Parts: sequence; structure tokens; C-alpha cells
Amino acid sequence: MTPTLQLFLLVSAALFCIGLLAALSRRHAIFILIGIELMLAAANLNFVAFWRFDPQPQAPTGVMVAIFAIAIAAAEAAVGLALVIAVYRHYRTTNVDQLDQLKG
Amino acid sequence: MNTAAFLFIAILTLAGALAAAVLPRLIHAALCLVGAFLGLAGFYFLLGAEFVGLVQVFVYVGAVAVLIVFTILLTRREREKDHASDWGGAVVALAVFVGLLWAIFQTPALAVAAPGIEPLTVRAIGEVLMTDYVWPLQCVGVVLTAALIGALVLVMEEKR
Repeated sequence: MTPTLQLFLLVSAALFCIGLLAALSRRHAIFILIGIELMLAAANLNFVAFWRFDPQPQAPTGVMVAIFAIAIAAAEAAVGLALVIAVYRHYRTTNVDQLDQLKG
Repeated sequence: MNTAAFLFIAILTLAGALAAAVLPRLIHAALCLVGAFLGLAGFYFLLGAEFVGLVQVFVYVGAVAVLIVFTILLTRREREKDHASDWGGAVVALAVFVGLLWAIFQTPALAVAAPGIEPLTVRAIGEVLMTDYVWPLQCVGVVLTAALIGALVLVMEEKR
């Protein structure tokens, strides 16, 4: 027995939900970024798995999308972590519950 | 494709990700995240996309993880523990997982084994990048430059 596409999608779904759990239940801004990175990585795994299990060998579209998604995720991480540092300098905290200045 | 390798990588990845999501100390979570990213790179190797696996190791393990650790060190407080306290998030994540499981098992076309394909060489990837994907490549270059300049502007010291 070899792993089927279903198994890869299962792992990817589990990874996505773990990322969602981290992004929704944590209060620290860096944890939220970690959760978003995990969700992006789960999507990448889906792209590559669907490319691999495509019956006709074609242009490597899934691989290309995964490479571009990794590049965009790196840019997102850089800007997100810079924002965390800027917020920390301003408010002396990284707890997103205490950043409530815009609350009406 | 090797089932034992798949199971090993899956357990490594999911355990690392779960530890990164629930551990109270940030620095431990960041190190477990590195384990999860290495497991994902293993998945890419298993799927025959070696180039993506290498990019994953270089970008995530080499750059993003180091960036996260530096941010943790720069924003360290005496009260740095953060327990996952909100049950609403867990309920939503579980509900999404059950929905995805239902969707995956509803689709019989997904229970297929991997077809034999020619190995994807770096040469082929480079050729496609320089022909079909040359405009996306340029756009990604511009986006990365803009993002890095933006990150620098964000963390620059404000003038008083």
C-alpha cells in the first residue's frame, strides 16, 4: 500500500486546523503569525500533492504556485514581524487583547 | 512512495505544528515550528518536488525561523508565557477540521495512488520560470523588494 492523495489531504487539513487553532486561541502576536505560517504551509502541501497525483504529466504548475507562495509567505513574515516590533515599541506589549485603542 | 516514510514525516510534522500551537513558551514554540517546517520539506521530497523542499528549508528554516527568534528576543517581557485559553478557537478549528474531513471522504476521486511521472529537474523548473512564469517572477521580485523596504521603514527608530 502506498500513500494516496487522500492521506496527503488529511495531513494538510490537520495542519491547516492546527494553524487556525494557533491563530484564533493565542493572545501573543507572534503566535498568531506562526499560525498563519502553518496555514500557508498546509496550502502549499496541497498544491504540490495535487500536482504529483495528476494523471497526465504536464507543466509543473503546482510546483510553480508553491514556490511563489513560499516567496510571498516570506515577505508576509518579514512585514508581520516588523509590525510586531513596531507595535511593541509603541505600546510595550505584544498581547493583541491590549491593543484596543480603536475600540469604539 | 514509502508508507513508513510517509507516516514518520506526518507524525513529525503534525507533532511539531501542534507543539508550536499549544506550548506556553514562545521560544519552545518557535523551535517546534522548525521541526514542522522540516517535516514539510520531507513531504516535498517524498512527493518528488525536491526543489520546493530545498526552498522550504532555505526560506523557512533558514530565514523565517531565525526572524521569528530574533523578534521574540527583541520583544521579550518578564511575563512571556501565553497559555491557549480561548476554547472558542479550538471549537472553530475542530469544526473546520470535521468539515474538511467530510469533504475529503465525500470525494471518491481522491483515493488514487501516485502515477509514475518523470522526475522534475531543476533545469525544467528554470526553463518554465524563464518562459511561462517570467512575469510572475518579476512581480514577486518587486513584491519582495517592497516588503523588505517596508519592513525596514517599520522598524526604523522614530525621530523625536
